[in-house]
Amino acid sequence: MSHDRLLVFELTILVLAIFLGFEVISKVPTLLHTPLMSGTNAIHGIVIVGAMVVMGQGHKDTLTWVIGFVAVILASANVVGGFVVTDRMLEMFKRRKPERPAKDDDNGAGPPP
Amino acid sequence: MSRTTTDLLYLVTIVTFILALAFLSRPDKARLGNWIGAAGMLLAIAVTFAQSSIVSYWEIGLGMAIGGGFGAVAARRVKMTAMPQMVALFNGVGGGAAALVSWAEFHRKAPLAGHLKVDIAIAIMLSALIGAISFAGSMVAFAKLQELIQGRPITYPGQQVVNALVAGSALAAGIAIAAGAEEQWLMWVLLACAAAFGVLFVLPIGGADMPVVISLLNAFTGLAAAATGFELENNVLIVAGMLVGASGTLLTLMMSRAMNRSIANVLFGAFGQVSPAAAATDSDGGAVRSATAEDVAVMLAYAHKVVVVPGYGLAVAQAQHDVRQLADLLEEKGVEVTYAIHPVAGRMPGHMNVLLAEANVPYPQLKEMDEANPEFARTDVVLVVGANDVVNPDARNNQGSPIYGMPILNVDQAQTVVVLKRSMSPGFAGIENPLFFNPKTVMLFGDAKDSITKLIGDVKGL
Repeated sequence: MSHDRLLVFELTILVLAIFLGFEVISKVPTLLHTPLMSGTNAIHGIVIVGAMVVMGQGHKDTLTWVIGFVAVILASANVVGGFVVTDRMLEMFKRRKPERPAKDDDNGAGPPP
Repeated sequence: MSRTTTDLLYLVTIVTFILALAFLSRPDKARLGNWIGAAGMLLAIAVTFAQSSIVSYWEIGLGMAIGGGFGAVAARRVKMTAMPQMVALFNGVGGGAAALVSWAEFHRKAPLAGHLKVDIAIAIMLSALIGAISFAGSMVAFAKLQELIQGRPITYPGQQVVNALVAGSALAAGIAIAAGAEEQWLMWVLLACAAAFGVLFVLPIGGADMPVVISLLNAFTGLAAAATGFELENNVLIVAGMLVGASGTLLTLMMSRAMNRSIANVLFGAFGQVSPAAAATDSDGGAVRSATAEDVAVMLAYAHKVVVVPGYGLAVAQAQHDVRQLADLLEEKGVEVTYAIHPVAGRMPGHMNVLLAEANVPYPQLKEMDEANPEFARTDVVLVVGANDVVNPDARNNQGSPIYGMPILNVDQAQTVVVLKRSMSPGFAGIENPLFFNPKTVMLFGDAKDSITKLIGDVKGL
């Protein structure tokens, strides 16, 4: 694919992603806004792929090495921290019947400390 | 691995991210969605490792161990109350990573004059600019929420001029890069000015508005990641980045709408006002009534209907479990207890829901603002636990108030309002609250957790 064709293709999926992003989020209840913000935060950690490409190349000077290394560290913190924080938030929402389940399953397992 | 295989596997990652976002709109599937997204991320990382151009496995692995280790420990250890600043921190480092990738790409490609295509140059410039703003801005948001620096808007004369100069310099450097200038110092100027602008742009925004700012910067990081995708001709970066960019923008708008303010008002509201707090309200010098825990315990135990209004103070004091215990105790005595949740109570939308869910408060007892407001007239006692601005009647009555027009919980329509508060100091937004001077209001001073514990003891003793 020529560079121009590739660019047009990339712009096409970019525009589609914009509409998809709006569409998917418009149905999220307020209750889940905080986990949603955190979840999208984890997803943009995908920039780690970019950091890996920069860091992974064979012949690089010292500056590139340092920049790439720091980028990998930052992006990994974004990925791991983002998903773990989101999971911890969502853990709070684990299934609970409208009436209190009166500790009949391990679900409640006592309040956290 | 061939480029085609790589791209196909990246497509799988894209699908997992879309599913993750879709599942997040359903409380029962949200957690699964997050895991699907994490699995997709793992796949993308594995696929990238398998690319033939990647040779430095050990360095990457070491960087991942350091960054991932830090992320895991920080995310595990942080208290639920400190989640907002944690999100800000992780958002910031993502933006920083995007900016660094662009810098490295510019450094690698630019010295060969004529090598840099114009669209690549634009993508590099945008990603560096937006990423650096997001990094620096998120760090300031983190510092404000962590109370490392003061939460109030920081303003000074000539602020707009300084901001315009810094932003202008960053843009000028960016335009030069986009126009084909390939000197490395331009990138230094771009990154330094963009980072400085990120700091300057968040400083004048009050702590209470930080959720909106974090959401906006979250969208920024997404856009920076998408631009990085154009540099590296990488679909998964483009789609995932743009998904976050678009959804984050919509979420930001939804959040400022919940405060009945325009996004421009949130971001630039503090400019030009030297001291918004001074013009707050004439509280008539009315007296403040304070009560003891015993008095309040009696009021609560003999009420028919009690509504708890939680705010950030509840989060700070970690009092959610105690509040629930008190509510259970009251229910045993036949009192109807519900919780009224303002959409922006706490530091993020849904913040209170998360905390109360942690304390196993049943969903049906949580009432959203529209549902809760008509109920206050029939309510005997409202227990305001560490909330302030979301119950400030000035938002309804005082056109001069900075929060005028924000929908609030009309707690002053109840028979009695009990406010649990540490002291008479104004709230996070720095605004005086006439509710405290209302004859219906009694104050119960002290740490929210201590006060609730005392209330529990006293209600038990009745």
